[in-house]
Amino acid sequence: MVSATTYTKADFQAPVETRWCPGCGDYAILAAMQAFLPELGIEPERTVFISGIGCAGRFAYYMNTYGMHGIHGRAPALATGLAAACPDLSVWVVSGDGDALSIGGNHLIHALRRDVPIKILLFNNRIYGLTKGQASPTSELGKVTKSSPFGTVDAPFNPVALALGAGATFVARTLDTDKHHLPAMLRAAAAHPGAALIEIYQNCPVFNDGAFDAQTDKRTHDDNVIALEHGLPVRFGAERERGVIRDSDGDLRIVAVEEVGEEHLLVHDATRQDPSLAFALSHLGEGDGGATPIGIFRQAPHERHPADELAAELRAAHASFGERQLQALLHAGDTWTVGA
Amino acid sequence: MRFAGDSGDGMQLAGGRFTDATATIGNDLATLPNFPAEIRAPAGTLAGVSSFQIHFAARDIVTPGDTPNVLVAMNPAALRANVGELERGATIIANEDAFTTRNLQKAGYESNPLDDGSLKGFVVHRIPMNTLTQRAVEGMPEVTSRDALRAKNLFALGLLSWLYDRPTAVTEAWLQKRFAGRAAPLEANLAAFRAGWSFGETTELIDVQVRVPAARDMEPGTYRTVNGTTATALGLVAASVRSGLQLVFASYPITPASELLHELARHRAAGVRTIQAEDEIAAAGMALGAAFGGALGVTATSGPGMDLKAETVGLAVMLELPMIIIDVQRAGPSTGMPTKTEQSDLLMALYGRHGESPLPIVCACTPAQCFDAALEAARIAVRYRTPVILLSDLFLANSSEPWRIPDVSLVPDIDPDIATPNGSEPFEPYARNEDGARPWALPGTPGLAHRIGGIEKSQPGGGISYEPANHQRMTDQRRERIAGIEVPPLELDADVDAELLVLGWGSSWGTLRAAVRRLRQAGHPIAHAQFHNLNPLPPNTGEVLERFERVLVAEMNDGQLVRVLRAEFGREIQSYAVTQGRPLLAAEMEREMLERL
Repeated sequence: MVSATTYTKADFQAPVETRWCPGCGDYAILAAMQAFLPELGIEPERTVFISGIGCAGRFAYYMNTYGMHGIHGRAPALATGLAAACPDLSVWVVSGDGDALSIGGNHLIHALRRDVPIKILLFNNRIYGLTKGQASPTSELGKVTKSSPFGTVDAPFNPVALALGAGATFVARTLDTDKHHLPAMLRAAAAHPGAALIEIYQNCPVFNDGAFDAQTDKRTHDDNVIALEHGLPVRFGAERERGVIRDSDGDLRIVAVEEVGEEHLLVHDATRQDPSLAFALSHLGEGDGGATPIGIFRQAPHERHPADELAAELRAAHASFGERQLQALLHAGDTWTVGA
Repeated sequence: MRFAGDSGDGMQLAGGRFTDATATIGNDLATLPNFPAEIRAPAGTLAGVSSFQIHFAARDIVTPGDTPNVLVAMNPAALRANVGELERGATIIANEDAFTTRNLQKAGYESNPLDDGSLKGFVVHRIPMNTLTQRAVEGMPEVTSRDALRAKNLFALGLLSWLYDRPTAVTEAWLQKRFAGRAAPLEANLAAFRAGWSFGETTELIDVQVRVPAARDMEPGTYRTVNGTTATALGLVAASVRSGLQLVFASYPITPASELLHELARHRAAGVRTIQAEDEIAAAGMALGAAFGGALGVTATSGPGMDLKAETVGLAVMLELPMIIIDVQRAGPSTGMPTKTEQSDLLMALYGRHGESPLPIVCACTPAQCFDAALEAARIAVRYRTPVILLSDLFLANSSEPWRIPDVSLVPDIDPDIATPNGSEPFEPYARNEDGARPWALPGTPGLAHRIGGIEKSQPGGGISYEPANHQRMTDQRRERIAGIEVPPLELDADVDAELLVLGWGSSWGTLRAAVRRLRQAGHPIAHAQFHNLNPLPPNTGEVLERFERVLVAEMNDGQLVRVLRAEFGREIQSYAVTQGRPLLAAEMEREMLERL
């Protein structure tokens, strides 16, 4: 249902002071979201942001929509309940790498498994910000932080790979400061009927500054970022001189396009039912000589979500279940009467 | 009477069928199922014994009874586990075929109690139930000997149905439905049931048939048998209808609360949405998220599940949204005894969250009364915009009794008082009404968009606030709103010259009432009152306490309500507190009360 009213960015800006650190990537994401939402045509009051704990958690307060700033890691559970009760709302979850992948890991994978019709934004800055600088579940191995003065010894999660493993039907990755790519990912997620997860590389200027410079700096962006486009060969570089092929053993490999010929490059298909190729793509950024794919890894085609239909059916059932039906329900089974 | 056997012997089924047949002839009744946590503990061992006790009468009864008059023992372990609870003169019906050397050893018997005289003082009937059941299905080509052996509980049921003159049609109709389309087990079970009945009728082993006519002192009305689980589920559905709020019930499987999920999952026609969550925390979160959207959000759990929900309950306290948390209490701590009852979560319900986070607590006192308790929890939650903890327990959840079905039109409406757009005025999410409750504004409503969250909010605007005076004001308001909840007065059942007041809460109602009755019959004046509301306490609690020389609080824990009352009213109060995983017994309470008269 598209409203006749036209909304502007200002309609989505809550009249409160925004209190992230200067230079925080969250500002860019907030601005992009507020600028993007009017194009959906969904009224601000039918839009809900549910967040967890951490710097990203404050996002809900800054949107002039309905919002709930929940508890650490539980936003997907809160949103699942809301979506079950109100299938006609547009529900967004805002979370961080600690919130979504550490304390809330279970809720995240199950919301994805259930394909709950919610859109999950995972702000990944690879650090705990609000608690002032501890290692997070996406901090790179060996990272020195306040809680790991000798370097971390635990391997990080790859959020895209985790989401794919959980059976997510929509998984994308983007960059906080990319003014074109970020809204494009929001648009695609909003159009997806089931659960959508967008990992957003987000700079924390205080505790992990420059973590994504290789991807976001104009000078290095082209060499380090593979922008996945559905239906197109996977290639990148300033001159689009590099590309991805699938070896005979099934592995993906980055090659020089002129050595193999464009016709041998992998053509990205986000709609594949089998997520294994998307899984392989999600790992391309790891290791020396790698480059980070961004874009939509998986967008499994499905039309209307069965959970929506169930919610609509139950809502109708509730509306038609009155006193008479209740009386009958209470009298179900064997009854007997004691006379006066 | 009590059916006792191996956990695979179908004792709960036999007991349940006997209960239904008993209900249809209008007896008053109360039941006490008792089973191990293991689904199939090693066969024939004491650990695997499962039993079902039913107390029924032609008069009003309030407990499942302390000691059965008739024990059906399907094997030596069942005899050994239960014989200690029988009084002299009780009848034992033993499945003789199961008293083999091997089974006797497994039960720890050195000689066969049926032969060695150790059961002198009881009336013992030895009946070869395996053999008789096998014989009953002879000539049925489809029926395997496994089918036949599995049907021996129906033989026992048939025998007891004859002994107490229960109608057979109810049980036979149930079997037809249960085994519809499965000819062999249907035939075997029907044959076993009829054989048991005929055995009673024709044999001279048991020569007295007992007739218990319909109860005379039951209030007029239409009745059905319910256990606490069913009554709770129906109460929640009634609350949904009466409030117009859709019921969203989220829970994670845990004994014994899972039964509520099973029950509610069947009520799709009433628009009930059930979600089996990934964990206890998520279940609470889903219920709260649904409440934010304007549903009647409910979660249920037992034991350690309560610990896990505490964080979300704290958020609900802060958000001031209606939500119901049902705690079907079981013996703790930790895993404790998952299939045994206890009342040991009261202090946790009251205080088990960080920060100052008061919330209302209601409890159910009988299985059927779980219906009213669920409605009461919903009424408080919705009117006062607060999470409510409903304390039930395993005994209430599993125990059955007749329930006089209420006239739905007399069940009061619950007004959700959903906020509506108020024109150009800026919306104030933490403005308060005369109850101290804030507006419930649902996503989707134009003009009322607002943000709530776990961070302290300013009143009334709802912005984040770290201001000292505001936090004090909000703490005061949260406390006063809960303390000011209207709850019914404590009902006192007192003899004029009573000096001892016995207090209980929740499921001990029947036991305490039975003990009080016995003392009265013996000519002792006494007083009894039972709490249905534990926070806030009924307004007349202090007044009631003051009227008595001595006060005794009886509860199935290590003394929880007694601490609350002592702290609140600063007077001497005696405590009788036990944690044995079973309901209090009337005889035990009679003794305790007598000592204190």
